[in-house]
Amino acid sequence: MVTNFLIYGLVNSAILMLSAIGFSLTFGLSGVANFAHGAMYLTAGFIAWMLINYLGLSPLVAMLLTVVLMGILGALIYRIILMPVRGIVLSEVISTFALGVALIEFFRWKGFTSFDFSLPPFVKGSIEIFGVTIDYQRLIIIGIALIIALFLWYFTHYTNTGLALRGMAQDEYTALSIGIESDWAAMLSLGLGAALASVAAVAILPLGIISINLGYEIFLIALAVSVLGGLESTLGLFVGSLILGYAMVIASTYLGPQWGQVVYLGAIVIVLAIKPSGLFGKYKELEERV
Amino acid sequence: MRTNLSHRKERIDRGIKVRSDDIFVLASMRDLLYVILPKAIVILAMLILPLLKDVVGMYWLNVLVTTLVVILLALSWDLLASAGLVSLGQAFFFGVGSYIAGYLSFKFGWSPLFTIPTATLVGSIICALFLYPVLRLRGIYFGLITFALPLLLARLIEATKVLGGTEGMSALPPIPGMTGKLYLLMFVVLLTLFGFRRLISSNYGLVFQGIRDNDRAVIAAGYNIQWYKTQAVFIAALPATFAGAFVAHHFQFVGVPAFAMDYSILPLTAVVVGGAGTFIGGALGAVILMPLSEILREFGSLRVVIYSLLLLLFSIGLPEGLFKYVKRKYSQIERLTTMEEVKHD
Amino acid sequence: MIEPIIKISNLCKSFGGTKATNDVSFELKPGEALGIIGPNGSGKSTLINLISGFVKPDKGQILFKGINITGMAPHKIVNLGIARSFQMSRPFYNMSVFKNLIIPISSPRARKLRGGKYGDLDEAAIHLLEEVGFERDSQVPYKEAGALPHGYLKRLELARCLALEPDIVILDELFSGMSMSEIASVVPLLERIKKEGKTLIMVEHRLTELFKIIDKIIVLNFGMKIAEGLPRDVMTQDEVTSAYLGSEVKTGA
Repeated sequence: MVTNFLIYGLVNSAILMLSAIGFSLTFGLSGVANFAHGAMYLTAGFIAWMLINYLGLSPLVAMLLTVVLMGILGALIYRIILMPVRGIVLSEVISTFALGVALIEFFRWKGFTSFDFSLPPFVKGSIEIFGVTIDYQRLIIIGIALIIALFLWYFTHYTNTGLALRGMAQDEYTALSIGIESDWAAMLSLGLGAALASVAAVAILPLGIISINLGYEIFLIALAVSVLGGLESTLGLFVGSLILGYAMVIASTYLGPQWGQVVYLGAIVIVLAIKPSGLFGKYKELEERV
Repeated sequence: MRTNLSHRKERIDRGIKVRSDDIFVLASMRDLLYVILPKAIVILAMLILPLLKDVVGMYWLNVLVTTLVVILLALSWDLLASAGLVSLGQAFFFGVGSYIAGYLSFKFGWSPLFTIPTATLVGSIICALFLYPVLRLRGIYFGLITFALPLLLARLIEATKVLGGTEGMSALPPIPGMTGKLYLLMFVVLLTLFGFRRLISSNYGLVFQGIRDNDRAVIAAGYNIQWYKTQAVFIAALPATFAGAFVAHHFQFVGVPAFAMDYSILPLTAVVVGGAGTFIGGALGAVILMPLSEILREFGSLRVVIYSLLLLLFSIGLPEGLFKYVKRKYSQIERLTTMEEVKHD
Repeated sequence: MIEPIIKISNLCKSFGGTKATNDVSFELKPGEALGIIGPNGSGKSTLINLISGFVKPDKGQILFKGINITGMAPHKIVNLGIARSFQMSRPFYNMSVFKNLIIPISSPRARKLRGGKYGDLDEAAIHLLEEVGFERDSQVPYKEAGALPHGYLKRLELARCLALEPDIVILDELFSGMSMSEIASVVPLLERIKKEGKTLIMVEHRLTELFKIIDKIIVLNFGMKIAEGLPRDVMTQDEVTSAYLGSEVKTGA
């Protein structure tokens, strides 16, 4: 029972982290709160599904292709939709929000709502660990989440591009003056964010069916994890997903499945009300409090 | 150095606009019409429409109710935005108003005559209290919390099964008489519209605008801006909670849909399409969008797609909104002027 | 013996690892004018932010007229009588210039001083604008503040402070970005403010003009007070000249 709880809580945490990572990265690097994050996730799922079922590509190829395509789409979204309103927070939010709803409801209208829509797992089968049966896909999710977190931490702390992007987010003017181009950086961060959303989609969606409302849910989950951990901190992302992951498992086990949603929505509201910079947010704290 | 002639557009006020603006005695009937016609048409339309029950039919009168409700939510949004608070969840205010009115009437059997004023007032206080903690922050935090709150409350009600749970509370007493009901709603819309326009240009309202433009300078003038923002939230919540309470009795039902995202997206779209900061813009947007939305109803969720695309289009393409655009066309003409351009090589 | 109007003792503030203000103390008597100078990044703005309450100190104490205002909310400090200007003067963009002044003029403090009356605020605003060098009969006071040139913005910023009728006026780089003639027109005004008995604290880089106004000067470097005294005396000290010339400072600590 306890091991069961520990392992499934960990899986849930990894799922949360993977879902949030793209959103958190985009916000941390360019300051854009991408309200279309959930829609990106959903779109990635359907693109992968179409590549497999219409073009007959092998699942692995289709999934890789999806990640690349979504990365390009994310960059295009910045070029076409965000660039004209860059810097006006309200317009950024409204534009991405509107785009997200448009995409999600487009899929609903086109009738992408049945049990046929699911992605194949990377590896079928399951394994028993400490008396708990767990399928390979869930283990893979934990692995991918860890690898991406490490990669991101390395990328933003030790590579020139990553440091440039972080500089951009912290002080746009100074960054501009030392030759970092803001539009290029923001485009890259949107592209990376979308690509990471699709990595999450192709890894997590095989666990169930691709349901339209995931478009809204994933965004809220990403928001909850990022807000709890602190909107621009990799460590916060890690700790935030662990706390929320286990809290959701506890709530749905002891109180009932409908409480899972209450946990992450409640987390958003409570954290924003009490400690808006989250557990590990630093830079923004001074600026945004008046 | 060389000079070359080029053309550019220049905007100048129409003669009639200048005449009717600066001279306080109107010179002719035409001037008078120019000034009052736009306002008169709106007010006349509002007075006549409720009487046309037999011509337009009950269905369209209901659409009118929804339109007016969205206008109230849009006005509320615009007042918040005037104080620099960008709401992404008007459904929060709407739902709080709805649930208070519904509960008072369902549990204690109060008549709408009492539930609606109580829900408006108490609901607004509750909203202000709920949002008070985030009012010390600037940036997108207010937007994020207003976005999450209605969703959270809806899930909480479903999970805890309080206040009727998923079933909601039904068979509430209606407000009798369609015509009277519409007049009441229109009266509140006009009161809010003109009241808010007056408020924001008063010395008190200037403080709100100051907070939006440069909050530090307002603090440096000795204002407690968290307290002022709380007042802004309270005032802005009034029309929205009223709308919620009204709709509760109009549909004779309160349930989780009162917190639905529709009530957040519709007013937001109305304001963005009509133009923020003018109050009338939001009303104009709602008047255009709501009937359009009814026409598109048979297309199912394509309706929402079209909606969001409009939101996207206006937010990027015409950020000033329709109202300012139309107003400019009404009071100014454009003409080409030649200008000498000096180029330094 | 006149009691000091403001007494600052051992003020400290760090951001992350950097000590922006390190053990700074000084006091001022009513009607005195203090200049704070120092190289960029020496902690001048932080010191002002600490006094005006926009930043909370880690350690130390600020007494204003005997009241402990350390860590008090900024709007409360203003209402006690300390007004400040900002280095980056951002007006309320969408309002006309004189409307910009309505906000400080109708502020709680200004209202209290006038005995709770609002009075004709527009007239009061225009009058104040005239005092800082706007021309009443020109179009300027009625224009949108967003369209003002920089020199006018600075003067508007000064007017916003004066509207509060404060006991202490803190000016953060008022002269920067002003032309010589604009500065020349403001200096007599500042001298008059001083004569009225108000205490001035000025952060400045334009030393020649500053020295015309102030009685006393403090030099900051790396957050520490490295010199204090009469302007002429202080400027000849070795530590001060070396701080300004950029060589390393031996603080002797």
